[in-house]
Amino acid sequence: MRKFTENNASFDSTGNTVQAALADLVGTYDLLGKQLLNEEGKLRSFLKVYVGDEDIKALDGVDTALKEDTVLSIIPAIAGG
Amino acid sequence: MQITSKAIFPGINLSEKAKKIIFEDAQKTYPHECCGFFFGKQIEGRRQITEVLVVDNSVQENRARRFEITALDYMRAERKAIEEDLDLLGVYHSHPDHPAIPSSHDLAVALPFFSYVIVSVQKGEVNHWRSWQLDEGGLFAEEKERHNK
Ligand SMILES: [Zn+2]
Repeated sequence: MRKFTENNASFDSTGNTVQAALADLVGTYDLLGKQLLNEEGKLRSFLKVYVGDEDIKALDGVDTALKEDTVLSIIPAIAGG
Repeated sequence: MQITSKAIFPGINLSEKAKKIIFEDAQKTYPHECCGFFFGKQIEGRRQITEVLVVDNSVQENRARRFEITALDYMRAERKAIEEDLDLLGVYHSHPDHPAIPSSHDLAVALPFFSYVIVSVQKGEVNHWRSWQLDEGGLFAEEKERHNK
């Protein structure tokens, strides 16, 4: 994904939910938005978001609260046959 | 169903060490599919692969025909790339008793940018390998092996 973030692998956000942090990220890197979000502005199906070591699906989804030092990771599903 | 195209990529080179790790994993995991990540640098578009991270195939069923990598293993791979100042350039997996050509399932779940190295293992021995990358039309095009001068 780094080719869409001016080669930065990480990004600091003050967003206090997953949704806010993602909006912050996409607002900063225009090109990245098209990679991460579909036409409805939802995260693409092959991407997962982790807060620390937990899938946000097991937490409160995009409403999951973030603390100042929480690490949020966007992870593509890697699979094949 | 069309899976591959004739688009041209600049090519890929796997170091001897990288090949050894990938082939050993493919043979050891046979008759199931192995999988992992590889790292290196892209020089004038050509990918020079120097490091490998072997990970578990996390699928529980049909392990001879499917592989999946967990999110936590993906995070480990990203971390390794940052720590070693390399780029995470792709994913390898094996095709037990099948040629190193992407399957329709490979295409259905493929991501852009990554090189997909496929190792064909015939009766437990590595037979050949090929590398593929999604082209602009969303089909797999071969990324040929290029030897260093
Ligand atoms: Zn495959």
